[in-house]
Order: sequence, then structure tokens, then C-alpha cells
Amino acid sequence: MSDQVNTFTIRPVPFRGGGFAPSSRRWVGLVVFVVLIALAEMGTRQGWISALTLPKPSDVLKTFGELYSTGLLWKHLSVSLSRLIVGAALGASVGIAVGVMIGLFSYVRAGLVPLVAALFPIPKIALLPLFVIWFGIDEGSKYALIAFGTFTPTVVATYGAVDNVDRGLIRMGQSFNLSWWSIVRKIVLPGAMPGILSGLRISLAIAIILLVAAEMLGAEYGIGAYILEAGSLYDLERLFAGVTILSILGVTLSTCIGLIERRLLRWRV
Amino acid sequence: MDIRLSGVSHRYDQTEVLRDISLEIPSGKIVCIVGPSGCGKSTLLRLIGGLEQPSAGEILQVGTPPTDCLNPLTYVFQDFALLPWRTVHGNISLVLEDHGIPSQDADDIIQNVLARTKLSDFAKALPKQLSGGMKQRVAIARALAVNPAVMLMDEPLSALDSQTRELLMDDLVNLWTRTPFTAVYVTHNLAEAVRLGHSIVVMSRRPGEIREIVHLDQPLEQRGLGNVEMEEKQKYLWQLMREEAQAADAELIHV
Repeated sequence: MSDQVNTFTIRPVPFRGGGFAPSSRRWVGLVVFVVLIALAEMGTRQGWISALTLPKPSDVLKTFGELYSTGLLWKHLSVSLSRLIVGAALGASVGIAVGVMIGLFSYVRAGLVPLVAALFPIPKIALLPLFVIWFGIDEGSKYALIAFGTFTPTVVATYGAVDNVDRGLIRMGQSFNLSWWSIVRKIVLPGAMPGILSGLRISLAIAIILLVAAEMLGAEYGIGAYILEAGSLYDLERLFAGVTILSILGVTLSTCIGLIERRLLRWRV
Repeated sequence: MDIRLSGVSHRYDQTEVLRDISLEIPSGKIVCIVGPSGCGKSTLLRLIGGLEQPSAGEILQVGTPPTDCLNPLTYVFQDFALLPWRTVHGNISLVLEDHGIPSQDADDIIQNVLARTKLSDFAKALPKQLSGGMKQRVAIARALAVNPAVMLMDEPLSALDSQTRELLMDDLVNLWTRTPFTAVYVTHNLAEAVRLGHSIVVMSRRPGEIREIVHLDQPLEQRGLGNVEMEEKQKYLWQLMREEAQAADAELIHV
């Protein structure tokens, strides 16, 4: 018997457990950007990408530099940012408040969930003319559009997050005779925080889209107005410079939320 | 403070869960409730603590809880129910915050219960850093912090491995011998019941009724591993429960 065993070939057990475990690879994202831009630069210089299809990245950078040195960048960016901040803060805070109420009170839920479901699919841009009449042609209508656009996804994310708070923890709070307000403040809100923050990521991206849309439909300054003007003149360098600003804005916002998440959600496993 | 149950029945919609339970929980004693799965023992515990209302019968507190008692009926849950975003210290202070205790006094209480559960070095740790046994010790410390008249323990050791379970049983016995507390201890583990219970309530399968109440007179600290009398009792309990458990097991398949 033991002789037979010895004749078998001996080899290591093959490893099969790799993959399916995302890990942090910071530089890869940057490399993808650099490679794409380098390709575009090479193509436009050598001529296999025509100047009509894509501007030279170096020219876009130059335009960007001009924009910065003439002070126009700040002029456009400051109005856009203030619209974004006011609108998104308004929409997100009302959205979180309403979402928490829906999560906590059956009557509010029964009354508002269908309403939110009805409002959600409306393309908010279609309502801009109405907002202009309601809130005025200047900043008011833009704030309202952005606030309204961030409101609905925030509400949906928030009440979903409140629903997902561990009932066992709430029951624990009740069993220790915590007051209703204590349970909401110390158990429900922190428990819903991960869901609320991931909802905010989506809401803020929508806010940027709506910001540009609002500025395209009637604004003197702002990134949207800048892009629209460049587009109608077929000035691709300026168009791309504007789009780049939007992308940077998006990445910055998402990084900010990432930082907040890391600070507030350190307790997560 | 004693707890008295008289004629307690409970049903969820069409399903009768508990039928005519009458029981006395004397102060200073640990009453274990054992029974096959689905016999309604956890429901009974929720009824005793006022987290649910019985369909019939009444649950009475006999006598008044001591004046320094912040939360007379206090639970220890099977899944620990610790807030993951609060430290060990924060989880215990949570249950003291609503009582308007000066922060110095609250800190003293927390230090005291952490020392009693051997957790003093872990006050700043988050629950995710702790093992299951440690988490349950935090939950026990939290329960002790409110100075309960009756502790309601819902399978507190069932989520732990058997070695940790042994350690925690010793801890509970030590806690009780130093300062006797009243407890209702629900478990499906007969070894836990004979180790910790002054009396053991055996329940039948659903609808849960009391089949028998077994009294154990041996002091808790003498009931170590391999104690002959305890093994006899455990064997006796198992005989009582065996058929019920078998029937309950088969029943679940049809549901």
C-alpha cells in the first residue's frame, strides 16, 4: 500500500482563491487620464485626428491659462460655485429632513412617497421656464432648479437609509427607555449616515448637470454660459476648457464626500 | 422586585405562540427558560420587558425597584446591539445620558461596570475591534450600568463559540455571587441552563406552554464542569425536551 502511495506524483495544491477583492490602486486612474490625453495630443499633432474633431490638449491648456490670467476663470467659477452651493445645500438639507420624516412617520410616508415618485422622473430642466416665472429670471430660478433637482434623489436615498437602520438597535434604545428624540439623534441618524452620504454623491452630480443647464438657458456669467458661447462659436478649445472645469468640479466634490465619509464612517467594518 | 406572569397568552395573527403562561420570577434568582426552537421563549422575554403586549393575561411588577435603579427591566441581546459608531465607553454612556446624571458620576459608573466586566483597558475601542465575547461583555456592562432590577437575557451566549461561552458563564457566575441580581435567562442550551439557573422553566413546542419547572438547589459557584448532579439534571431536561424538539424540528419543514 505504502509503495503505491510513493509512486504518485507530488505537486503543490493549485491556488484558486485570487481576484474578487477590490483593493486600492491609486495611480491607475491617473495613468488612464494621462494616456488618453497623450493619445489625443499625438493624434492631433500628427494629423490622424482632425482639428475639427478634437482640439489639441496643449491648446486647451493654453486657453485655460488665458482664462486664468485674464481673471475670467474666477468670474465664471465664482458665480457658478455660489449657485451650486446655495442650490445644492438647500435641496440636500430639505431632502434629508423630508427623507428622515418619511422614514419615521407612517402618515408622512403614505402622503409623500407617491408625491416624490411623481416628481422624480420629471426632467427638472423642463420646468425652468416655470421657475423663471415663479422665482425671477436671475439667481432665484437657478437656485430653485438646482435645489429641486437635488431634493428628489436625496429624499429617496435618505428614507431608504432610515429604513435600513438596524431595528435591533432601535429596540435596544427603547428597552433602555431612551427618549424618542435620543433614539432619532443617537441611533437613527448615525445609522442612516452611510446611505445618506452615498445618496449625496448622486445628488451633487445631478446638481452640477442642472447648474450647467440653468446657465445655458439664461446667464451672462457661469461655466454653462461660457461653454454655450464657445459651442455656438465652434471654439473647441474653450469648449473643452469649460468641460474640463466641470470634470474637475465633479472630481473635487466626490473627493470631498470621500473625505467626509472617511471621517464620519470610521466605525464601519 | 419580583415579576409575576398570570395567564399570559400571545398570538401573531393566526399563529398561537404562547398559551396560558403563569410564572413567578423571585428577586435575586436566575430563572432559565429552555425550549425547542420556535416555542416562543424569546417572545415571552419581549413580553416580560414590555417590548410587546400580550394578547391575553397580565404581567405584573411586584414591589418597587430600588431607587438607584435607572431602568428596572434591562435586556442583554443575543446580537449584542452595540452602536458600531460609538466606543465601548460611548455605548455605555448612551444609556446614562437621558437620566441627567452629572458627567463625573456617569464616568464613575462606567469605570465601575467596565472594571466588573474586566473591560477597563478597552474603553476607547470601537465594537468592530472587539471579539464576540468582548462585545457581549460590553453589553453586559451596559446592562449593569443602569442598575437593573431584572436582567432579561435573550440567548446572550448563543452567538459565541463554546470556549468563549464557558468563560462568559464563569464571568456571569462571578458577577452574581458578588452581587446577586434577578435575571430571566432564555436559552436553548441546556448546559447553560443547569449552570446558571436557580430554576429552569421547560417549555413545550408551539404554542408554548410550561411543561415543568425544575429547581436546582446547588449554589452557582459549585456547579463547575463535570459536576455529576448537574449532568443528571441536564440529562433529565434533555429527556423532557427530546420529543418536543424532534416534533418542533419536523414541524418547521411543513411551515
